[in-house]
Amino acid sequence: MTTATVSRWDRFRESFLWYSFKRDKVAIVSFVVLMLMVLAAVFAPLLAPADPYDLAQINIMNSELPPAGLAGSDPAFPLGTDAQGRDMLSTILYGTQVSLMIGFGAVVLQAALGILFGLLAGYLGGRVDAVLMRIADVQLSFSTLMVAIIVGAVFKASFGNLMFGEIAIYMLIFIIGVSEWPQIARTVRASVLAEKKKEYVDAAKVMGFSTPRIMFRHILPNTLSPIFVIATVQIANAIISEAALSFLGLGMPETQPSLGSLIKSGFDYIQSGSWWITLLPGLVLVVLVLVINLLGDWLRDVMNPRLYKG
Amino acid sequence: MALLEVRDLDVRFAVRGGDLTALRGISFSLDKGERLGLVGESGAGKSVAAFSILNLIAKPGYIAGGQILFEGRDLAAMSERELRKIRGNRIAMIFQDPMMTLNPVLTIGTQMVEAILAHRKISKKEARAIALDRLQKVQIPSPGKRLDQYPHELSGGMRQRVIIAIALLLDPEIIVADEPTTALDVTIQAEIMDLLLDLCEQENVALMLITHDLGVVSQVTQRMLVMYSGRIIEQGPTREIINDAQHPYTQGLINALPQLGEPGARLFQIPGSMPSLKNVPTGCPFHPRCNFATEQCKHSMPDYVRSGNVDVACYEVANLIEQEKHMQEAES
Repeated sequence: MTTATVSRWDRFRESFLWYSFKRDKVAIVSFVVLMLMVLAAVFAPLLAPADPYDLAQINIMNSELPPAGLAGSDPAFPLGTDAQGRDMLSTILYGTQVSLMIGFGAVVLQAALGILFGLLAGYLGGRVDAVLMRIADVQLSFSTLMVAIIVGAVFKASFGNLMFGEIAIYMLIFIIGVSEWPQIARTVRASVLAEKKKEYVDAAKVMGFSTPRIMFRHILPNTLSPIFVIATVQIANAIISEAALSFLGLGMPETQPSLGSLIKSGFDYIQSGSWWITLLPGLVLVVLVLVINLLGDWLRDVMNPRLYKG
Repeated sequence: MALLEVRDLDVRFAVRGGDLTALRGISFSLDKGERLGLVGESGAGKSVAAFSILNLIAKPGYIAGGQILFEGRDLAAMSERELRKIRGNRIAMIFQDPMMTLNPVLTIGTQMVEAILAHRKISKKEARAIALDRLQKVQIPSPGKRLDQYPHELSGGMRQRVIIAIALLLDPEIIVADEPTTALDVTIQAEIMDLLLDLCEQENVALMLITHDLGVVSQVTQRMLVMYSGRIIEQGPTREIINDAQHPYTQGLINALPQLGEPGARLFQIPGSMPSLKNVPTGCPFHPRCNFATEQCKHSMPDYVRSGNVDVACYEVANLIEQEKHMQEAES
């Protein structure tokens, strides 16, 4: 073959997605900030000056030191220390890691459940559809927080605090993932209903493809854009849910803090003037959720088929 | 034995307020390598007939009676698993709109390879070689490049060529083409039709061509069926029907074609329009629009009578044949 094969990268660079990304300053800034935060979180063990999980490194004498530039600050702790004397910079880096892990993990679980049930309900229709969607309705009628509080309380009571610390992250992923899957399932079902009437589905049936093959190989790729959009927003929502739960004391324990539990741990000291313990992780949380939502908005605009005339 | 034989096929749609009969007592056969045309207005049941051949009628439609014998085996009574082995493999289908029939998010090559691997246990590489071979057969420019392209990168004519190539992938015995050129412009239509005709002749594939274009039917097919309101009203050799249509409806269809010889003349029109399935007239469904309709036509459905090599369902034709017989007897 002498014809030049077009690589995936070339295709991407010619795509509308890349084109509109290049021209959207908000999207570029959000993406860069998000990437910096993700990288910082992933490489937290390398970047952080101290390991907040290591009790031996903590000195209670260093507690509640203010961030650099304020009276009484210590140059070893650029963002100050919390009530236990942990370096705020390190705890925030580790906390972002935990928050992001829960956010992504929960959305992966949501997407897996949502795509599977959405495809089945939309494509098979009839009774399967009715049963699955009623389950989704019931699931949605319980608020995520309510379910999480009950499950969290039960877990905490039955495993004890020490054990709970080890499984907390999985429990949070599970709770947030399971309670939010109907959002994705409904979106998937709606697009499947639109897609399955198209002729290429008839053509696939005529070619003798099996039903699972038609569902996953032919219809699913055509419903990916709305899934991407909603999944992005759901990551932000999951991070917020986790922070709310941790703030209520049902999320991550203080020994393995997420951004939410950091905010909570500092909240008691706001009155005594140590505002940085709450404010700094709070700022990080706001920025993180904000850039994800901005990226989600941009994705929604780009992938909206009514706007996208390819 | 015919390759495909449809016997007394009834297809109904279960809707609120009772069943609608979409096909009534359809019988025809298709031999190996034969080309059969299926003609009728929109709503006559052509596409339902095509889909029912593959036992692929979407709910709420169902096959209410009759047999679809493919090589002697009844497709109407077959399990989904067995049917899948026949669909795409032994009987392929081409749809009307090439813009819609290809999956927009998969490359041409992927779709072709998948279609092969669904039926044959061979490696991806071998499947790709078959795909390339078929693309060459349909005379698509630079076939190797097309494999890695997405449907939106091809023109309508090229896409229909790809779809024909997909239909040919597994060397089927029958290709069912449901208005394969309707969505294309006229010059491309002729090219695609010629291509389809050539390929069917070369590969000895039977073609069932569904169309409302009598010109195409007369050029491509050897036999034709005329459908009206879910019934076959006339069937026989294409040339005989085109030259000397028996049924008043077929005559109307042929007279409605623009003739090059008579510039300025008004085109003939069959008065009225086809009845909806919800209120099919009693007796012969065509009688409200027919100039020859009698009381008898309003009450009972005519049976098929033979005129030459053509089977026609019409009392008027039956009467004419009777009269001719009497005249011949009187003469002798």
